[in-house]
Amino acid sequence: MTGRALYLDGVSVVFDGFRALNNLSLIVEPGELRAVIGPNGAGKTTMMDVITGKTRPTAGTVRFGDTDLTRLDEPSIATLGIGRKFQKPTVFDQLTVFENLELALKAPRGPIACVKWHLSGEARDRIAQVTEEVGLLARAHDPAGILSHGQRQWLEIGMLLAQDPELLLVDEPVAGMTDAETEHTAAMLVGIAGTRSVVVVEHDLEFVRALGRRVTVLHEGSVLSEGSIDHVQNDPRVIEVYLGR
Amino acid sequence: MSVALSAPPPSRLRLGLRAGLGVAVLLLAALPTLNALPADHALHVSDFIVSVTGKWICYAILALSLDLAWGYAGILSLGHGAFFALGGYAMGMHLMRLIGPRGAYGHPVLPDFMVFLGYTDLPWFWQGFQYFPYAMLMVLLVPGALALVVGFLAFRSRITGVYLSILTQAMTYALMLAFFRNDMGFGGNNGFTDFKELLGMPLGTPAARAMLFYASLVALVGSFLICAALTRTKYGRVLTAIRDAESRARFLGYDTTQHKLFAFVLSAMLAGLAGALYVPQVGIINPGEFSPGNSIEAVIWVAVGGRGTLAGAVLGAFSVNALKTWLTSAAPDLWLFVLGGLFVAVTLFLPRGLIGLFDRLRRRRAS
Ligand SMILES: Nc1ncnc2c1ncn2[C@@H]1O[C@H](COP(=O)(O)OP(=O)(O)OP(=O)(O)O)[C@@H](O)[C@H]1O
Ligand SMILES: [Mg+2]
Repeated sequence: MTGRALYLDGVSVVFDGFRALNNLSLIVEPGELRAVIGPNGAGKTTMMDVITGKTRPTAGTVRFGDTDLTRLDEPSIATLGIGRKFQKPTVFDQLTVFENLELALKAPRGPIACVKWHLSGEARDRIAQVTEEVGLLARAHDPAGILSHGQRQWLEIGMLLAQDPELLLVDEPVAGMTDAETEHTAAMLVGIAGTRSVVVVEHDLEFVRALGRRVTVLHEGSVLSEGSIDHVQNDPRVIEVYLGR
Repeated sequence: MSVALSAPPPSRLRLGLRAGLGVAVLLLAALPTLNALPADHALHVSDFIVSVTGKWICYAILALSLDLAWGYAGILSLGHGAFFALGGYAMGMHLMRLIGPRGAYGHPVLPDFMVFLGYTDLPWFWQGFQYFPYAMLMVLLVPGALALVVGFLAFRSRITGVYLSILTQAMTYALMLAFFRNDMGFGGNNGFTDFKELLGMPLGTPAARAMLFYASLVALVGSFLICAALTRTKYGRVLTAIRDAESRARFLGYDTTQHKLFAFVLSAMLAGLAGALYVPQVGIINPGEFSPGNSIEAVIWVAVGGRGTLAGAVLGAFSVNALKTWLTSAAPDLWLFVLGGLFVAVTLFLPRGLIGLFDRLRRRRAS
């Protein structure tokens, strides 16, 4: 797999006169793991909204490989190979953990294909494997609605894994996790990167440090600084707006 | 590495429901036979019971269809009566064509109302309806096509919730007004009636009543099995996912417009089938069938029975209509208040309807 790069160039998003993204440019190379940090309201989630088709940019270019993402709707972008984990974990409460993962599992998405879908042994094994990876094996047949916040967080990560996307957008995965879980998540994301590209938004700097990769700092909708965690932590502009507070 | 994941046990409620439904179907199937017994026989069932039950069976199919759209896909249609009525009209057109020269005016081809309105030729859209298979095709295709167009426009524009409900209500209202017009070619406010026969069988006879009853029962069981099979597939779970978090389903790559459209069209076709079975049993179809109140009543059946469960939809259709039949003779003025009260009560106290109530009682007994 040669993989596709993600390009954002001069992207702006204006909500009622407020610039949530302001001339944002960012390139994520195939296989790269990129951490994005920034204070509340910096535009991190909005950036993901733009990439996944939820929000149309007011200006700028968003491309995945050769594909212009601004022309596509959410399902088309998702089937293109871009998966997303939401900041506020969103799973299907009435369905079981297993069923949530089954829906996420990479497979044809049309109505007829879903009617005809037969859970093969291979698919079942894959779901079981993901269920174990996210530590929900004992809860596999419980409705997602009765899971704790942390477990929902894990389920969403599991859904992202089951989807097997080429680019993973992960919004605040470790919020509410224990230290051990945080470490596990970091190791998992590092393991995924290489064959997949990963963009992870996080406030937890320990976590970002554990990832040990390039960091982009967003502020007021544009890139304030970019580089290693040590580089950005010592950047005076970053210290001023974010770390120094 | 492979980890064993055992399948979940089937729910007790579901097993109980299935047994209950089987018994109910057998009891229903016995009705025409019991009707044929001599009138003084202890087990004799009156004509009234058979004909009224035959109607309820059609309502139950309508309830199933609405439940597929609302209970599973989250599309609260307040216009499902329109699909029912269109199916009824398609069947009515067939029955009208079969009257042939036996009409009051004795015209060899034109139905009475056309002669009365001065038509000289049969309108093009009436062609072909003399053939039963063609008419049956239209019973499914006309409601299906309407659902396809309305659904496509609404779902693509992401019209959901109350706006979608209002849209579907407006749809049935607009159709009602249209069908009231004489120049539409559907008999205006009188609609169609005075049917003579169907499939060579004179209507209004006990034999015809029994046949239509059985046909409806078979259709109900068939629709139930189709819906049950469908909702147990991954498609059924996709619908549930869309109902509960449509935007999330989109980000997983599901084109929710397509999925909802598929369910909505199928649902409309089932409703059309219900209407087609209904019309020869009641002997009339007129624009009143499009009245918004009918669609709302169907929503109440499903809510009372328990939306999101197929058995609930069927149960709701039978129980609310049984109540209606009894009340409209016992205290006709009360019916609308009771219906409204029922809806409020169910919404407030029984969000999962009668099925939810049974489930709760069973659990209480178990613990
Ligand atoms: N749909 C919207 N309409 C109006 N304003 C919005 C909308 N979405 C986001 N915003 C605003 O855009 C700004 C950026 O929001 P965004 O959610 O992208 O921030 P963030 O970096 O993800 O913050 P956090 O760390 O709190 O998650 C915020 O000020 C937010 O209020
Ligand atoms: Mg955010």
